[in-house]
Amino acid sequence: MTMTDPLQVIDANGSANGYDPGLSEEELLHCYRTMLRVRAFDAICLKLQRAGRIGFSIPNRGIEATQVGAASAIEKTDWLFPSYRDFGMALYHGITPLEMMHNMFGNALDTAKGRQMPVHFSFLEPIKFYSISSPIGTHIPQAVGAAFAMKKRGEKTVALVSFGDGGTSSLGFHSGMNFAGVWKAPVVFLCQNNQWAISCPSEEQTASESYAAKAVAYGMPGVVVDGNDLLAVRKAVLEAVERARSGGGPTLVEAKTFRMGGHSTADDPTKYIPKEVLDEWEGKDPIPRFEKFLAASGLWTAETGEAMYKEAEEEASAAGREAEQVDKPGLETIFSDVYAEVPEHVRKQGQFTFDLARRKGEAAAGDGEFPL
Amino acid sequence: MANLTLVQAVNDGMKSAMRQDDEVLVFGEDVGLKGGVFLATEGIQEEFGPDRCFDTPLSEDGIVGTAIGMAMNGLKPVAEIQFQDFIFPAFDQIVSEAAKLRYRSGGQYTAPMVIRTPYGGGIRGGLYHSQSGEAYFCHTPGLKVVIPSTPYDAKGLLCASIADPDPVLFLEPKALYRSIKEEVPEDYYTVDLSTTRIVREGKDVTVFCYGAMVPMAEKAAAKAAESGIETQIVDLRTLLPLDEEAVLEYAKRTGRVVVLHEAPRFCGFGGEISAMIAENAIEYMEAPIVRVTGFDTPFPNTLEHHYIPDDRRVLDAIERVFNF
Repeated sequence: MTMTDPLQVIDANGSANGYDPGLSEEELLHCYRTMLRVRAFDAICLKLQRAGRIGFSIPNRGIEATQVGAASAIEKTDWLFPSYRDFGMALYHGITPLEMMHNMFGNALDTAKGRQMPVHFSFLEPIKFYSISSPIGTHIPQAVGAAFAMKKRGEKTVALVSFGDGGTSSLGFHSGMNFAGVWKAPVVFLCQNNQWAISCPSEEQTASESYAAKAVAYGMPGVVVDGNDLLAVRKAVLEAVERARSGGGPTLVEAKTFRMGGHSTADDPTKYIPKEVLDEWEGKDPIPRFEKFLAASGLWTAETGEAMYKEAEEEASAAGREAEQVDKPGLETIFSDVYAEVPEHVRKQGQFTFDLARRKGEAAAGDGEFPL
Repeated sequence: MANLTLVQAVNDGMKSAMRQDDEVLVFGEDVGLKGGVFLATEGIQEEFGPDRCFDTPLSEDGIVGTAIGMAMNGLKPVAEIQFQDFIFPAFDQIVSEAAKLRYRSGGQYTAPMVIRTPYGGGIRGGLYHSQSGEAYFCHTPGLKVVIPSTPYDAKGLLCASIADPDPVLFLEPKALYRSIKEEVPEDYYTVDLSTTRIVREGKDVTVFCYGAMVPMAEKAAAKAAESGIETQIVDLRTLLPLDEEAVLEYAKRTGRVVVLHEAPRFCGFGGEISAMIAENAIEYMEAPIVRVTGFDTPFPNTLEHHYIPDDRRVLDAIERVFNF
């Protein structure tokens, strides 16, 4: 395999050409259903944002196979260091649309207590889904550090760190790849090359022949896979995970896919992506591709697919309605969790804010306990 | 007890913490076999092995970034940044990540870790081996900033920092690394963070200082005493979170305040101390607060002794607030 021809498993006719993904029928359908749930969750979030009910979202349409294929290759005992466009990794491992919606609404049940923008999830269960940061690439060396700790304790777990094509230009990518190479850390680097870093195309991002080619310089294998082919992503990531688990060190997997939407709800991609490119990639949608494969195995019909999508849509939309009803976080949450203990100067600022709200009759029951 | 220099006390602090807790690791550039450019980690790799004390690639971002990952996954990293002047590639990791992790994850993920780094002038290090960057970091909620000025405090504060549940930036005054010796207990002990230390009692003027400026204040206070001015010296020890109550109490005692630091004045830590006193204790003040600081210029090499506040400048400030 060269570093420019992407690995493919499912061909245009939906045949895996004898490749055994090692997944039961139930697991294959879980992958499929997860892709539909990503698409539905994404669509509902866009609607909620357009209706002014949430402030922001990050489109996921088009990259579902990369997320789900990669997630299917790791276990719940592994750690995920996601980017902000990784709905599928969360949903695959059992994080619910409702838990995610709490974050989209920044309500009192949001694990981040309404402190972060939407799509900045943080979960400990049922998998370590590491708290998402907005700066690009900062989580990459952190994943390597967490993996170092796994290796030091002799655990057979791995860290899967995901970032975009733009992320490969960050300081964190370089230092993370370099440290992982030197330490032979059990990390899988997943570059989701969706070809656009907001509006910057790959040819303006790098002069490398591929993003995977960068692996060579750090002393690790690099592979390019077709990111719209769920089984190809799974295959490449699984190989990388097995290498990491068995002490073989890190791997860089580049999944070439396409963001069939804006960078965020504040972005209009038709301004910078030529229409023919958008049309071309509409034809490469990863969901119909996987449907062909399932159909070839007798696991899919248009009716079952439609029913599943409807179900996913209703689930996401019900989650949105429920999360919207939850109270805002209390005033107390501004001042807690800065340190393990609230320092005196922060406590005073909290007390002042609370007293002022009370004097003005604005303090709510959920504002928390003062003094902190 | 052992008679140790400040850098030896730092070394002893790390070793004591490592004997106390197997999860404590020491790493950074040249800290292994060589023992660090200032020998702060001398003998650690020998005693604890290369699994617990090791060299890293030359990347401050990588050192701090990986330390955060280790810390969130159960290890207790003590990372060395060779000079504080070189910490800025890791600024994002410290300010955007380590300091905000507990807050942004609602306490699900935390980064209890220590970043040790020598700071300040006095070794003819010029622009890039002499800076005092504490103010950049004190503007960062979620981070702790600790600066010792004696061997006893260096060990005790370092052990407390390593045991602390939050990320700590531990700034070591390199000018004092070998200039003072003190009896230091051989056993593990801690000195509480966010507490100040009275270096010298005095009823006339209060000098707030930290790090390498503490002995400078002592020199000036001894000279002031010759003309009958009694100077109280307060070593702040932890700049963030600061013991504000103690600062206000000591400022009120004399009503005459000098704030002393080596860093540039504009937006420096002295501005915070001055504002805090002005906001909360102005009615106790008998004279305007005076700051003695480095200049608002980069740090010079050949003429560094003019840049670093010396006892002459401190004495002048003490006399000015006393005679106002």
